[in-house]
Amino acid sequence: MSTRHVTVTVNGETREADVEPRLLLVHLLRDMFMLTGTHVGCDTSNCGACTVIVDGRSAKSCTMLAAQADGATITTIEGMAAGAALHPLQQAFWDQHGLQCGFCTPGMIMEASWLLGQNPDPTDQEVREGIAGNLCRCTGYVNIVKAVQAAAGEMRAKQDAAAEPAAAR
Amino acid sequence: MIPAEFEYARPRDVGEVLRILSEHAGDAKVLSGGYSLLPLLKLRLASPALVVDIGHVAGLDGIAEQDGELRIGARVTHARLAADADIAARYLVVHEAAGGIGDPQVRNWGTIGGSCAHADPSSDWPAVLIATRASLVCRSVKGDRTIAARDFFVDSFQTAIEPDELLVEIRIPTPAAGTASAYKKLERRAGDFATVGVAVQLHLGADGRIDHAGVGLTAVAETPFAATKAESQLVGAHPGPEIFRQAAEAAAEQSRPSEDRHGPVDYKRAMVAEMTGRALTAAAARLHPTA
Repeated sequence: MSTRHVTVTVNGETREADVEPRLLLVHLLRDMFMLTGTHVGCDTSNCGACTVIVDGRSAKSCTMLAAQADGATITTIEGMAAGAALHPLQQAFWDQHGLQCGFCTPGMIMEASWLLGQNPDPTDQEVREGIAGNLCRCTGYVNIVKAVQAAAGEMRAKQDAAAEPAAAR
Repeated sequence: MIPAEFEYARPRDVGEVLRILSEHAGDAKVLSGGYSLLPLLKLRLASPALVVDIGHVAGLDGIAEQDGELRIGARVTHARLAADADIAARYLVVHEAAGGIGDPQVRNWGTIGGSCAHADPSSDWPAVLIATRASLVCRSVKGDRTIAARDFFVDSFQTAIEPDELLVEIRIPTPAAGTASAYKKLERRAGDFATVGVAVQLHLGADGRIDHAGVGLTAVAETPFAATKAESQLVGAHPGPEIFRQAAEAAAEQSRPSEDRHGPVDYKRAMVAEMTGRALTAAAARLHPTA
């Protein structure tokens, strides 16, 4: 069985590996790069716990070959915080009790980050549709929606603050 | 779950794909977005010797109107079709179906060509392509074949694509003025495959009667199909609740659902009638937007 050399940029860092063509992206991330924040939930493309961002699109990393991702830029949950400072989504999930057991949380946060990139000011219904591919068995989603909305507000405020000095000039 | 071993090819252009397929016809599978093929590989329901990844093949991701048709490259994702403003304005049935497929991640990666080639008997696109009388272009080293959607979906997970062919394009006739369409899908939970999916397209003649009707059904037979009895009842009639009820019942009669976790046969037949009626009513409302 041949192997394939794969080069990806993960959370800003270039990583390489020789992989079997059948290796799934989630196993490349978890088992070869030791980025275990990305979880394997159902392993059947349903639950979204393994969601990561691949070239700007949210993807279920159990439903993508590592070989498919060759050359791609990938963001995982480990790439969200800036050092000790949590990403606004991470902080909001904490503040709003958007998790209980936490298993779905990395996928939820990655999917929410993609959603807010598409739509920085979503309605509650749009948040619910945006996370329709991510299952949570603890929360009933109410606090997850609250957390995504809180983070959206925080991110918009930061964006406005960043834009202000330029506007003042 | 780990797929069985396979070799992997990542060709750069269609010519290279066709050459590989002609050399490996029968033991190669084409990988587009992956959201149909990867689950099959993981469950080992498919174990091809070679997976041909067309994710980096140029020229298969266009959306353009040409010669009275909307031409959609096989690699165009559901998300792009759902977000396209021109399609939302003029091909509403395409827009409505695209936005309801799977979940956001599925729509981000899953492609119209991949879905059609996979031919899940419950998938949404076939119903749309049947209702709109679309065609699908298959290419091999020997040339192109254009196949009507009504002849393309042969059986569960079986299409008219030959082993050495690549599905390259989907062509949907541009609707004439006075055309309206709708897609209605019953799903048990968010992201589920359809329990019943109905695509309809109606055209009103100058005399106010329906002169063209397309009704495509999914999930209620071994493969998606045209509800031809409903279509012939609609043609020549003035749109209205009574003819829609009759057409919906004809569609239910022509369906061949099987009992599964979504429900028993009687329930599914009743839902075919219900959803067909809703789709016809929705399309008719668009025929008379000011009424």
